[in-house]
Amino acid sequence: MTAPLLRRAALAAALSTAVLAQAQGVAYVSSEKDDALAIVDLKTLSVTGTLPSCKRPRHLQRIGDGSRMLVACTDSNRADIIDLATRKVVGQLPLGDEPEAFDVSPDGKTVYVSNEDAGALSFVDVASGKVTRTVEVGKEPEGVKVAADGKTVWVTSEVANLVHVVDTASGKVLKNVKVGKRPRRFALTPDGSQLWVTNELAASVTVLSTKDYSTVATLDFEVKGARKADITPVGITMTRDGKRAFVALGKANHVAFVDVASRKVTDLVLVGKRPWNVALDKAEQRLYVVNGLSDDMTVVDVAGAKALKSIPVGRVPYMALIAE
Amino acid sequence: MKRFIPLGLLLALGAAQAATFKATLLVRDDDPRLERSRTERPALGHPGGPAAQGLDVALKEAKLELDAEGAAITLETVKVGNAAAARDAAARAEKAGAAALLADLPADWLLAAADAAKATPLLNIGESADRLREADCRPKLVHLLPSERMRADALAQVLAQRRWSNVLLLTGPSPDDAARSATAQAAIKRYGLKLAASKPFKLSADPRERDLANPLLLTGTAGGLAYDVVWVVDGDGEFARTLPYRTALPRPVVGDAGLVAQAWSPAFERYGAPQVSRRFAKAAGRPMQGHDWAGWMAGKALAAAAVAAPKGPPAAFQKALAEVEIDGSKGVPLSFRAWDGQLRQPLLLGDGQSVVATAPVDGILHPKNALDTLGADAPEKLCKTR
Repeated sequence: MTAPLLRRAALAAALSTAVLAQAQGVAYVSSEKDDALAIVDLKTLSVTGTLPSCKRPRHLQRIGDGSRMLVACTDSNRADIIDLATRKVVGQLPLGDEPEAFDVSPDGKTVYVSNEDAGALSFVDVASGKVTRTVEVGKEPEGVKVAADGKTVWVTSEVANLVHVVDTASGKVLKNVKVGKRPRRFALTPDGSQLWVTNELAASVTVLSTKDYSTVATLDFEVKGARKADITPVGITMTRDGKRAFVALGKANHVAFVDVASRKVTDLVLVGKRPWNVALDKAEQRLYVVNGLSDDMTVVDVAGAKALKSIPVGRVPYMALIAE
Repeated sequence: MKRFIPLGLLLALGAAQAATFKATLLVRDDDPRLERSRTERPALGHPGGPAAQGLDVALKEAKLELDAEGAAITLETVKVGNAAAARDAAARAEKAGAAALLADLPADWLLAAADAAKATPLLNIGESADRLREADCRPKLVHLLPSERMRADALAQVLAQRRWSNVLLLTGPSPDDAARSATAQAAIKRYGLKLAASKPFKLSADPRERDLANPLLLTGTAGGLAYDVVWVVDGDGEFARTLPYRTALPRPVVGDAGLVAQAWSPAFERYGAPQVSRRFAKAAGRPMQGHDWAGWMAGKALAAAAVAAPKGPPAAFQKALAEVEIDGSKGVPLSFRAWDGQLRQPLLLGDGQSVVATAPVDGILHPKNALDTLGADAPEKLCKTR
């Protein structure tokens, strides 16, 4: 997310003068059982087309200058490179066996990807399309995040309940950090000091200090009428100023808005069935929540903490990428 | 007869205060359930191969987590030919300092082992008999495989949800079938289903016994018999597997064929299950079945206890084991019930091709944990020794 962050910062300056009366652009939504991305028009909030992709598309993220995105396909062992202007597949990138999630180095040259069956983190050189290094980690690795300086990459292991701290230069695992049960995904505070990790089977987020990897806090979620076992946080994102975080609570069918400083839940918004990954638009006015078990995406108004609309998108949707 | 698998041992030797936990798995010599004719085409709910394979997978994948804590688990497998041998092997293992025993044994053999090593936790991975959770329970005996009552409750919940409430029950000739048939009838009653009729069946080609053996006659409408489903209780499985599509009325078969409640299915697609099934299939060369899941969970429980109490002592390890919360890739954390040592867990109902439903079904309520609607619940106090 580092590269997009830089780009977003630049764009935010440009946008501050623009009037954001109407949302523009599209959301691409990957669906695990469709081998295609749904294209959702952000203005009309309706599906305007589909983009065929490699098999079982999951993680979506921009790469390079932001004009292209990668679609990681677990059953194709590769990513498709899609040009966002033309919406065409312009290349492919091998990602090792059963890739799930990835992040990109700040210089855009390396993709770090979790290989869920092998229990590995692969380093992929974008220019040559070669896997340059494979680091053994715990089973079912998922969330991947690169530090702003590019020196460290973090990856969760869902089975080992660990966050692995990997040195990008040597490819060595520097530290294994115990977090909650079935850790999934990350958010990093803008100053890089805190790493937030969702724990799917612990109904919580672990806040780690990136200095010494001590647990700064554990944020437990509660939803009225739901038991702890029914609260399964997975997707997480944060505002650019690092003041608010948004966490999808899985089986609890809600998204939690979290005040980052106090680590308190301020709002709970009812969305679709098993919300999975979440994404903010540029203006951070809308949150796009992908619901894995109701095959739709809920658009949430951030200011009002209210769901605006749920749009049917595809079978077993996984993630949305907002292109404005 | 013995086999040592040093897991995480290399690292354990290097670490300063590494604790190594010894586990001993007792399995049946020449297990009739594992004869080739059975495992080649396992009936739903039957083992597809040795229980140790699931256990091995779990211990291998736990290595990294154990290494991080400087702990290791070693596994020794002992084959036993009867209850006395099980008893001796358990006593020997306890004397040699085993942190835990595991058993894939018939109920009586398993009890002999439990009573010969009373201070050591025993993890049951292959026996579903209700009595091990009820009258014959033991203080340190825990169960990874769901009980027969849990399976019957799961099925009854699904039938109640579907409103397929009129049940024709067919029961096989073995004493085990009789016990499981009683369990099924209790579940039918518990969930407000109706017993249209209950009949015995027999595997036979003898025309003089055709009323007992012929599916059409057993399920016929003579005397105005009507039913929504046929629930077949057949521990052997040969009769049950031939019953679907051979009923007189076009009704589904459930129980030991058709729709079957199991701990696991290789067709399960949610909660990371395909990765688990794939890892197992890669290691064992066959699809992962319910018994394999139970073995896998036993390994995960041991590993979780070792991570929670990496430096021991045995008492701390045992306490941690009793209190573990483990992820079985069924969507919720799983733990042992204090009142009977049973691992609470969702069950998967399927026909071998797909997972049709999971239990507890949506809408089932329980004051504490909906998982406890499957199997014996605390207020029943069926286990007196815990």
